[in-house]
Amino acid sequence: MIAFEYTTLQHLWWLIVAVVGSLFLFLTFVQGGQSLLWQVAKTETEKNLVINSLGRKWELAFTTLVLFGGALFASFPKFYATSFGGAYWVWMLILFSFIIQAVSYEFRKKPWNIFGSSVYEFFLFINGVLGILLIGAAVGTLYTGANFVLDANNFVTWTHPYRGLEAVFSLSLASVFNISLGLFLVFNARTLGAMYLVSNIELGHAPEMAGRLRAACRLNCLISLPFLLVIVGSLLFMRGYGIVDDQGTIESISFKFLRNLIANPWLILLLVGGVGLLLVGAWKTSIVGETRGIWFSGPGTVFIGLTVFLLPALNRTPFYPSLADPQSSLTIYNASSSPYTLTVMTYVAMVIPLVLAYISYVWWLMDRKKMTIEDTEDRSSY
Amino acid sequence: MVENIDPSMVHWARAQFAMTAMYHWLFVPLTLGLSWILAFYHTIYFKTGSEEWRRLTKFWMKLFAVNFVIGIATGLILEFQFGTNWSNYSWMVGDIFGAPLAIEGIVAFFLEATFFAVMFFGWNRVSKGFHLFSTWMVAAASSLSAVWILIANSWMQYPIGQVFNPETARFEMESFFTVIFSPYAINKFVHATSSSMIMGSLFVLSVSSWFLLRGRHVLLAKRSIVVAAIFGLFASAFTIFNGDESAYEIAQVQPMKLAAFEGLYEGERRAGLVAFGIINRDKQVYDEQEAFVGRTLQIPGALSLLANRSIDSFVPGMKDLVYGNAEENILGSAQKMYRGKQAVASLNALREARANGDAEAAAVHLAEFNQFKEFLGYGYLDRPEDAIPPVALTFNAFHIMVALGTLFPLIFLAYLYFSYKGTLETRKWLLGFGTITYVLGMIASQAGWIVAEVGRQPWAIQGLLPVTIARTNLTTGTVQTTFFLFLALFTLLFLAKISILTKQIIIGPEEK
Repeated sequence: MIAFEYTTLQHLWWLIVAVVGSLFLFLTFVQGGQSLLWQVAKTETEKNLVINSLGRKWELAFTTLVLFGGALFASFPKFYATSFGGAYWVWMLILFSFIIQAVSYEFRKKPWNIFGSSVYEFFLFINGVLGILLIGAAVGTLYTGANFVLDANNFVTWTHPYRGLEAVFSLSLASVFNISLGLFLVFNARTLGAMYLVSNIELGHAPEMAGRLRAACRLNCLISLPFLLVIVGSLLFMRGYGIVDDQGTIESISFKFLRNLIANPWLILLLVGGVGLLLVGAWKTSIVGETRGIWFSGPGTVFIGLTVFLLPALNRTPFYPSLADPQSSLTIYNASSSPYTLTVMTYVAMVIPLVLAYISYVWWLMDRKKMTIEDTEDRSSY
Repeated sequence: MVENIDPSMVHWARAQFAMTAMYHWLFVPLTLGLSWILAFYHTIYFKTGSEEWRRLTKFWMKLFAVNFVIGIATGLILEFQFGTNWSNYSWMVGDIFGAPLAIEGIVAFFLEATFFAVMFFGWNRVSKGFHLFSTWMVAAASSLSAVWILIANSWMQYPIGQVFNPETARFEMESFFTVIFSPYAINKFVHATSSSMIMGSLFVLSVSSWFLLRGRHVLLAKRSIVVAAIFGLFASAFTIFNGDESAYEIAQVQPMKLAAFEGLYEGERRAGLVAFGIINRDKQVYDEQEAFVGRTLQIPGALSLLANRSIDSFVPGMKDLVYGNAEENILGSAQKMYRGKQAVASLNALREARANGDAEAAAVHLAEFNQFKEFLGYGYLDRPEDAIPPVALTFNAFHIMVALGTLFPLIFLAYLYFSYKGTLETRKWLLGFGTITYVLGMIASQAGWIVAEVGRQPWAIQGLLPVTIARTNLTTGTVQTTFFLFLALFTLLFLAKISILTKQIIIGPEEK
């Protein structure tokens, strides 16, 4: 095997994790679509169109989330242990929202499903809103920090009784930031959801819903922007933590994220490009009346996601700062797997392009023909 | 490291993992087994173009889908539970254990998710050839996912290819190929997948038998049975043959587990295999009570043969493994604990020396640590007897599994025989029994995992990391709360699944 530099591997794996996370954020159009269901689909036929259209993709989003967790476990086990074991309740609630999603598509319309279709639709709504909000808040703690201490064995003790929920429930600027990120992702998911449905459904079969979808795309995009503004504005002024010497000492640093942006100006381009693409897509879908807006906003979301995941980790920044004990903070250097494991995983990761290729091929193959009412009437449909 | 352990938290965390895993395993074997049977049905349809086979394939696919999604839901929780309830474990072995989990995601889950959608919704959207290909891909992908998760599980039973790094206080991977080609993993994969194929076959048998008893969908039921019974028979042969191989493996690497599932307290030569016996639940390793209540039925020498491939060989009992047996050159957990405590002390001294910048002392403590490091895990046990897993549960689960596992090939043979004679429909007794065989399969399968996992106790990683250390620092109340939340949610979803499945079976295949 080729021996890569340890720090190269650590950076590479943070990048891979960031790419998987960003692709997940794009795929949250599934969750966004779920949360729009009751709003855009007024008749049973419209509902069936929406559910069957999203139902072809939900597993992909779900699997990407699972891979995100798996990749973190393999490459940054200290983060996996610290965050999942520490910020217990946030992750538990996120998991609950995904358990109920997994069964809802299949069970919703089936006879004898015990709870009735509206309960399963409610499950989808919960997953679409609460699941994404909490994921956003959890990602927000990469910037605002978390309350933990690691002992000599690197075992975690959480120092806040809410066990992770303080990310949203404490009266602090940090909570405002975390909630803003969560809400941005929720409304962005809804914008993307509307775009996906416009592009995927044979709109001639539901002309009224088409209008509602385009309106929802516009409205949700507009609502999401102030939250994005809060996030970007905060980032320019926020204090952060940084590694200040070769021993890995961590100290609080003013304007840390602004410094990171200046040190990596390509992140600014990524962010501006991402927001630009997002707006172009929304404009095309809601104003111009095209169907392919998601081709712009999807990649736009990926670019924004990459900025969100890379900014708190690059430039000698601890990506999971501890507020209780800064020296316990996790950096890509102290939280990663061994060089051997990262090397092995790098070879394994070489199949990822192949995976992306067959996913794209099958996506194209299955979606060449748009979703029609007939597709929703088959007994095997959702 | 061992201070502040709340034993009841560890119990609840174990209970939660066991509950999630058992719910998961109610659904997964059916996915694993039925996916291959679907591939056969679909292939026959592809070859014959017969409308009847299309309806048959679609019908089983429908039932497959209802089962599949709930396996995904429970599987998600299993993956993340390593982090939430077992975070020390995640840190200490994540360097090795995380890799197969991530690889499972990359190579198997996407394949499964992508082609599942084509298999299920592709009837009019893709070419017939590509559609068939997709069905085969779903089967291959579900087995591929089993490969990786079972590699991970096998490593917990037989942790090879790793080394403890005192600098980072964790175990690190030394050889990826040693981990993935571990003989334990290969055995486990064969055993788990072939037994799942039995489960898939039993499911088809149960549903089809019910149809035949009611005189409905007779042709479909008979055709389904023939394919499933042949498949099940082959799978049974693999399972039994491999069960023997697994027992040999366990005897070599987890002798305590073998002793527990045979209720063997005193080691012996020409050890017999218990064919029937009632285990004495009150018996402790240090007392003189009988191991069994009343008489046992034993096959003489069979355990020695199974464990060491030699009828005269010595099979150590729990007493030997706890207190040692100098004559047979067996180190007991008592001696291992002594060495383990020395390893722990050296590790702490090493850290202190490092903190004080005393390189000389650090080198001495490192050398001491290296001398005893293979016993590190034993250093965290409180009593030598703690190395014994719950004997009665392991014993009973093992014997239930073996008894049922022996019964299944006979059932498949009976179905094939009467199908061949053309009198299957008149054998009401067989069909009646056949309708419940799936439940028996489920019991056998669950029992198998109880043997594997309860038999591994007190270890999270055999010999290296006890469950008491592997846990997250949580209060008992927190883990209890999530335990009952999961229990309630899984139970409700399980009931919904059973209800939907029942209705789908009653509706039967599509009309012509």
